[in-house]
Amino acid sequence: MQYALMIYAEPGYDEALPDADRDAAYAEYLALADDPRCVGAAQLRPAETATSVRVVGGRTLMTDGPFADTKEVLGGFCLVEAANLDEAIELAARIPAARLGGAVEVRPVVQR
Amino acid sequence: MLEEVFRDEWGRVLASLVGFLGDFDKAEDAAQEAFAIAAQRWPASGVPANPGAWLVTTARNRAIDRIRRERTLAEKIHLLPVPEASMDEFDDTVIKDERLELIFTCCHPALPLEGQVALTLRALGGLETAEIARAFLVSEETMKRRLSRAKAKIKATGIPFAVPAAHLLPDRLDAVLAVIYLIYNEGYSGRVDLGAEAIRLGRVLAALMPDEPEAYGLLALMMIHHARRRARFSSEDLVLLDDQDRSLWDKRQIAAGRAVLDRAIALGGRGAYVVQAAIASLQTAERIDWPQIAQMYRRLVDLTGSPVVELNRAVALAQAGDPAAALRAVDRLDLDNYLYYHSTRGELLRRLGRDDEARAAYRRALELATSTPERRFLTRRLEQL
Repeated sequence: MQYALMIYAEPGYDEALPDADRDAAYAEYLALADDPRCVGAAQLRPAETATSVRVVGGRTLMTDGPFADTKEVLGGFCLVEAANLDEAIELAARIPAARLGGAVEVRPVVQR
Repeated sequence: MLEEVFRDEWGRVLASLVGFLGDFDKAEDAAQEAFAIAAQRWPASGVPANPGAWLVTTARNRAIDRIRRERTLAEKIHLLPVPEASMDEFDDTVIKDERLELIFTCCHPALPLEGQVALTLRALGGLETAEIARAFLVSEETMKRRLSRAKAKIKATGIPFAVPAAHLLPDRLDAVLAVIYLIYNEGYSGRVDLGAEAIRLGRVLAALMPDEPEAYGLLALMMIHHARRRARFSSEDLVLLDDQDRSLWDKRQIAAGRAVLDRAIALGGRGAYVVQAAIASLQTAERIDWPQIAQMYRRLVDLTGSPVVELNRAVALAQAGDPAAALRAVDRLDLDNYLYYHSTRGELLRRLGRDDEARAAYRRALELATSTPERRFLTRRLEQL
């Protein structure tokens, strides 16, 4: 089954870390992206770069900023192939943001 | 009689079907169908030698028939390969007990806690949806939705039907124990006989995990508490341990609970449930060793970090003869919204002769009391001051 691991964290949480911890966290992100079970991963630019788009009455409306105005923002995601939820949760728990004050939302992907 | 067989067999039959069909709803339908057939036939033909195997076989065959029909409708071509099994192939050695897998699925922490509780009672305990709804004071409709949401999440998110791997087991076992204890505590507040149901579940778990001291610890704890249930209330009033009529205690169940506790300790159990069971056991002694109980609570505080446990330790200190030390411990706690914090303070202040402060504490407790027996108990205490 495929799962999306969506990484939510406070902006700049990684910059506040001591250098050694930050390097270790980045190394873990890279290791996770290299895991054969990881079929896709992306780190997003900061939420200030976000544009939310709606189409109303045929017109494309834009607002500056992310869809939800929350302290934690979606900072990136991994798409993983896992045997079951337990395996997906184990992969999610390896994401540094999860232990550094953020959270990883695990959602199964609709199979087509 | 038939009902008893059904209750005993339900969990095992359902577990086997969930394992076989990989789908909770289909398994439940098939199990229900098999139990309905049994209810029709057994009164005339007698209960088969191995009712569990009969039920599983019947349910499996019905489920396969149904899948075939659905397939045939959908495709009108291929038949599912069906394992041809004759009745006498099945005995206990063939049908493996998959209740442990079922317990871990029902108590998966990805499910909301109330869903875990409801599903465990339905799937393992064999309680009807309406019974569970009554026990939790919600409508049958609400309970039905709660159960189907939990089952839908299991299916959609791929919660495994498996005993967790060794490195996940301690946390996941904690979750299972917490669900069973929560069911027990719901029963303790006087509703339906969830206490007995929780003990049944605890017994099943201990039998399925015979090397797990905490499973025995929890079972012992529930048994020893349950043995005192008739003495806890006088008509509708709460009776404290000191004032309980010990002739109302179920001595045999206490002895049985202690034997279970001995087993937990023999397995090297030092966990939170084992310690709580040991405390409950000490509290049933002829002369209660309060200093030792206070020490046990100290260990429990270390294990849980819970201020409520610290409150209990303070009570034990007071019982051991040192209400001043107890009050000092209580006053360090930040439990202002907790009824028993204030009632305990009230009692300690009363013992120390500080009646005005005791009254204020009891009044605060009274504000927080939600049940009639609690309110009556506190009012009585206030009047006695």
